This record gives sequence, structure tokens and C-alpha cells, in this order.
Amino acid sequence: MMRKESATISSSTIIKAEGLTRRFGDFTAVDHVDLDIEQGDIFGFLGPNGSGKTTVIRMLCGLLRPSQGRATILGNDVQHNSEAVKRSIGYMSQQFSLYGDLSVMENLKFYAGIYGIPRKERPARINEVIDIVGIGEYRRQLAMRLSGGWKQRLALACALVHRPKLMFLDEPTAGIDPVARRDLWNLLFDLAGQGITFFVSTHYMDEAERCSHIGYIYFSKLIVCGTPGDLKRLPEVTPEGAVRLELRCPRIAAAMRCLNTFDYVLDATIFADVVHVLAQEGYEKQIVDDLGRHGFPGATVHPIPATLEDVFVTLSRKRAKENGRV
Amino acid sequence: MFRGLYAIIYKETRHILRDPKTLFLMLLIPMLELTIFGYAVNLDVKNIPTVVYNLDGREPSRKLVDAFVNTGYFTVVGTAHSDAGMYGAIVAGNVKVGIKIPPDFTDTLVTGTTTKVQVLIDGSDSTSALQALNTSNAIAFGQSIKILSRVVGGVTEMPLEVRPRILFNPDMKTANFMIPGLVGVILQVVIMLLTAFAIVREKEQGTLEQLMVTPVSRLGLILGKLVPYGFVGICESISVLFLMRTLFQVQIAGNILYLAGFTLIFLFTTLSLGLLISTFTDNQIQALQFSFLILLPSFLLSGFMFPQETMPAIIYWIGQVVPATYFIRILRGIILRDAPLEALWHSGLILACMGVCIITLATLRFRKTLA
Ligand SMILES: Nc1ncnc2c1ncn2[C@@H]1O[C@H](COP(=O)(O)OP(=O)(O)O)[C@@H](O)[C@H]1O
Ligand SMILES: [Mg+2]
Repeated sequence: MMRKESATISSSTIIKAEGLTRRFGDFTAVDHVDLDIEQGDIFGFLGPNGSGKTTVIRMLCGLLRPSQGRATILGNDVQHNSEAVKRSIGYMSQQFSLYGDLSVMENLKFYAGIYGIPRKERPARINEVIDIVGIGEYRRQLAMRLSGGWKQRLALACALVHRPKLMFLDEPTAGIDPVARRDLWNLLFDLAGQGITFFVSTHYMDEAERCSHIGYIYFSKLIVCGTPGDLKRLPEVTPEGAVRLELRCPRIAAAMRCLNTFDYVLDATIFADVVHVLAQEGYEKQIVDDLGRHGFPGATVHPIPATLEDVFVTLSRKRAKENGRV
Repeated sequence: MFRGLYAIIYKETRHILRDPKTLFLMLLIPMLELTIFGYAVNLDVKNIPTVVYNLDGREPSRKLVDAFVNTGYFTVVGTAHSDAGMYGAIVAGNVKVGIKIPPDFTDTLVTGTTTKVQVLIDGSDSTSALQALNTSNAIAFGQSIKILSRVVGGVTEMPLEVRPRILFNPDMKTANFMIPGLVGVILQVVIMLLTAFAIVREKEQGTLEQLMVTPVSRLGLILGKLVPYGFVGICESISVLFLMRTLFQVQIAGNILYLAGFTLIFLFTTLSLGLLISTFTDNQIQALQFSFLILLPSFLLSGFMFPQETMPAIIYWIGQVVPATYFIRILRGIILRDAPLEALWHSGLILACMGVCIITLATLRFRKTLA
């Protein structure tokens, strides 16, 4: 079940992958992934740890050879023309990978040099990225002395210094504080507004909500791909004749176990202090009554649209069940 | 082809200068090694502790003991009063040689019959033992000739005299022979690790992955690492040679410019070898283990410790692929023998060819993709 918003290659396609596969020995880390990402998108690449996000990004950057399938970035094949790909993209790897014993300025100078920016243009270009990420006051600071958020900004600045059209960010917000996270995302939106396409992996749902497009990878397979709105309307997520309800009641964990025994309840998941229930249409009142009879009086329900988390939980369960049968 | 070379040199130089402690250690360690090993390999055997068990005690027997002492190789540290006492002193390790002079020594000398002086030698230290054996034989021979000439009478000149003259190292000081070789071996090891670590460290820290997605060329990266560490290597070489000259008093007999030129070639080859090692290894421990593959042959097969001519063919050929072999030949040639260029250039050429091959291999093996 592969879902793409357009089956044809449009002229503004910037990443195109077909059957991209990577094996490590017997283990298939990435299994036939198809992607079609257009210029100007902020593509959020979601998936639990170990699902294959980093491996996909490394293949798209020309860092890892695909075992099978192919991918093109801006029309260049990642396997056979990887040097052309490298010139046109920016990449921020999962762990901090700048030189801690060099200052902010020295790191920037180094990357400006590596990307072959003409000597005369370097100061202007470096100042430009310093302004973009706002790291000006830390110019002389050693990179290792920066906080997590500022390290990521410096990494972003270094990856931007050659003005790439496409940026790959591998879990850029992992391990940084919420304020820095928010700031970093605002920065990404600014840059996207200037025409840079972003491919960002994450496992934060709230970040996924902000992306223009999302792909969800689970156990090496890309399960679903589309805009957040598209995904929430997927029929598998909310089947015909079913409704999503938010249910509040005391002793929520016990209540959920009880809910699962009702045959008109298709699915129940706890979200903080509420339960999201997928139930057959028309049972809204009966749920409350049945819970009351089982010792959970005073429950309230009201219908809600599916959240992205609902989407991923539902699809993951479904996939796990299918895998279990094989 | 050299894309990114200047940027890498710039960055690497910053790394080196930013960390003076490591830089200091990089210079200090080879000097320390030379000092420690320099004294350890000093094979000059002097003053072998000796015990004398003199049952005769008359003038001629005392003269014989003096003959031993006067060679400089023996120092009498005690006298024994029984066979067991002499033997026991050797077993205990207090002395390495025991000289037993029989009670009738003087009498047999006079009567002209053969007299037997027993010299016990501790064989567990083969170098001292060999020295003691040779010296004892020489003394016996010399004394016998003297006595014979007196007995025969009228013979004032030896019928035959061999006059060996040791060239270039007249005092047979092992320091002169060993220290230049040791300089070669030490430089081989420490310099190879400079570049091996420089790349492997980036693998460990994940910074190499970031570099691989830039358009830096492989040669740019490799040479960019080689050049700054080349300067470190030059400093290490100078400091070690300086120590050789001052602490061990080994004079440089030959042309200092030749020495500088050939040392540069050796540095190039050795730094390249380090880079090659980094393409096989993922962390510093592995790189260190790999370096032992070079270290042991550098010590044992390079001609530093044992002459290569007597090695079995296969061992000999292993020795021929170690850069230290050629560098040691060059060092001994220049430092001890003031060798002319004609005698040195082919070792230098082999080193240079090795270097070019190794750096080519390292560049080809270096991949801008992850395993
Ligand atoms: N070089 C490698 N060799 C062997 N297995 C690997 C290698 N790289 C990744 N894997 C495996 O592939 C799977 C996916 O890894 P990764 O792409 O890093 O996942 P994610 O980034 O989504 O956390 C993991 O199970 C990981 O152990
Ligand atoms: Mg990852």
C-alpha cells in the first residue's frame, strides 16, 4: 500500500527514489522505498528508532550505496553521479559532527573553503549564514562550548554556506530543549520560504504536523506518504462507519482495558489523560452507559478528527499484524 | 583533483596548534623513547663483575689477574675461598665470571708444563659471556706467547701480526652503531601514527561522514592531512637527532643537507603509510594494533638489531618492505661513514617509490562512502 500525491514526475521534482533498498548482510534496513519530493516542500520523515531513516538519508546523499533501486537528486543519480549530488545539497548528520576544538568562525571558514567558494566571496558568504542562523555573538566561541541548540544552528550554517537547494537534516532536534526546537523549526520555515527544500527526519509528532509533506517509515518500509491532511483522511485510519471519539473518565488505564472488551470498540489508545477510541458509528451514548455499568461512571465523549499520531499508531498496528501473519 | 586541500591544511593546522599539550607530547615521546631505549641497547660490556679464587697467590698469579683487569672488561669484586664459593657467587648473580688459579700455577710456569687456569662464565647473559670468553682466550694466548718467547729465547718479534683497524667507529662504541638505527625505528613508529590517528579520529567523532558529503577530493583530503603532520614530523626528527648528538655524543660525520633531504623522503613514505592504515581501521585502538605489524619488523628485521644478511630469505624480504630498513641504512651511511650520494641514492629512491605507491594505494582505498 503505497500512496503518493502524484504518480507522474512533475518538472519540479527534486528527490525521486524508486525501489530504494539497502541490506546489511541478511538484514534489510531499507526495503523498496519510493519517494517523490517536490521543490519547496518541507518533507518530514517519520519513523521509530531503527526503522531506517538515517540509512535512507545516507543513500540520498551519496554516502551509502543502495543495494537495489535508484534515486536521483535534482536529476543526478546518487550512485553514479554522487559528486554532483554532494555539491548541490546540504547535510546535517544525526550526531554533532563539526570540529569542537575549532571556533564557530573557523568551522565556517573551513566549510566555505571545502565547498570551493572563491576566496573573495567567503567573508560575505560567511556573514550571510551567520545572520541567517543568528550566531553572530558566538563567532569566537569553540564549537564544543556551544549549547545543543546553538550547535545545531552552527551545523545548519555550515551546511548552508554553499547555498544548497536541498537540505537533509537527520533528527536535527533530537536532544535539544523545547525552546531551541521551536526556534530551529521557525528558522527552517524561513529558509523554506526562500525556496530551499528540506528533508527532515524526526520522531516528534508535533514537528510532523508542521511539515508540508510526511513520509512514515516503519520496519524498513515506507508505509505512507502525503500531506498531513491526506494522511488523517486515509480510510484505513478511520474506516467507513466508524468514528473517532475522545473519552474522558477517571481511572483511565483500567477503563481502557474495559473498553477493549466491548465489541463495537475497534481500537483504544491512551493519550495523556484521555482515551482516543475508534468505535462504530452510533454507539457514542452506549459507551458511556456501558462504562458506567462496569464501574466507570461519569465518562464523557465527543467526536474528534484523527491526529497524526492516530494515523501512525493505526498503520503501525496494521503492519505489525500483517507481519505477524507472515 | 586537489579540491579542498587548502581548507584541510588550514583546519588540521588549527587542530594541532589549538592543543599545545598534545603537540608537546608528540615531540617529547620520541625523545623519551630515544633516551630510554638508547641506554637499553647500549651493548658495550665493560667491568664484568668477577670473583677470583687464587690458590697460588704468588707474584705470577697476581700478574695474571692484573692482565684480566687491565683489559677493562673485568672488575674483581671479591675473592672466593672454595670452588663452591666461586660457583655460588655466579649462581647468585653477584658476579658473572670466576677465575680459578691452581696452587701449582707458578711452579708449572717455571717447569714449562701446561698449567690450567679455570674461567667460569655465566652464560645466561650471552653478550657478557661472549665478551668474557673472547677476552679470556686473548689473554691466555697473549700470556702464552710471552712465556714461550722467553723460554725459546732470542725471539723479540712476532712472526706474524694481524692489525685490525675498525673504520668509522674506532672505539667499537655500540652507541654509534645503535643510536642512528634507533632514531630510524622510533621515527618510523611515531610518525606513522600521526596521520593514522588524524583520520581515524575523524571516523570516531563522525566528522568524516560530514566531510564525505562535501565535494572535497580524496587527494585533497589525504594530502591535506599529510602536509601539516609533515611539519610535526620534521620537528620530531630534528629533536631526536639533536638528542642523539648531545646526549649520546654521536657525531654526524656526513653532509647534513643529505640527511635533511633523505629524512624528508622518509617522512613522506611513513606519513603515507599512516594514511593507508587509516583506510583499514575504524578506531584508534585498531590503528595502534595495525601499527604493530610495522613496528615489530622495524625493530627486528630492518637491520637495526640483527644483520639482515644472515636472515632466511623470506624473513629478509619482509625486512625489505619496511621503510625503516632503508632509512636506517641512510642514517648509518651519513652519520657514521660520511657516505657519498652514490652510496645513498638507491635507498632513497626505493623509499620515494614506496611512498608514492603507498599514497596512491591510500587514495584509491579511501572511499567517500560509508562501509
Ligand atoms: N552500517 C550498518 N551495518 C549494519 N546495520 C546497520 C548499519 N547501519 C544501520 N544499520 C541497521 O539498520 C537499521 C536502521 O538504522 P537507521 O537507518 O540508523 O535507523 P533510524 O535512523 O531510523 O534510527 C538499524 O536496525 C541498524 O541497526
Ligand atoms: Mg537515525
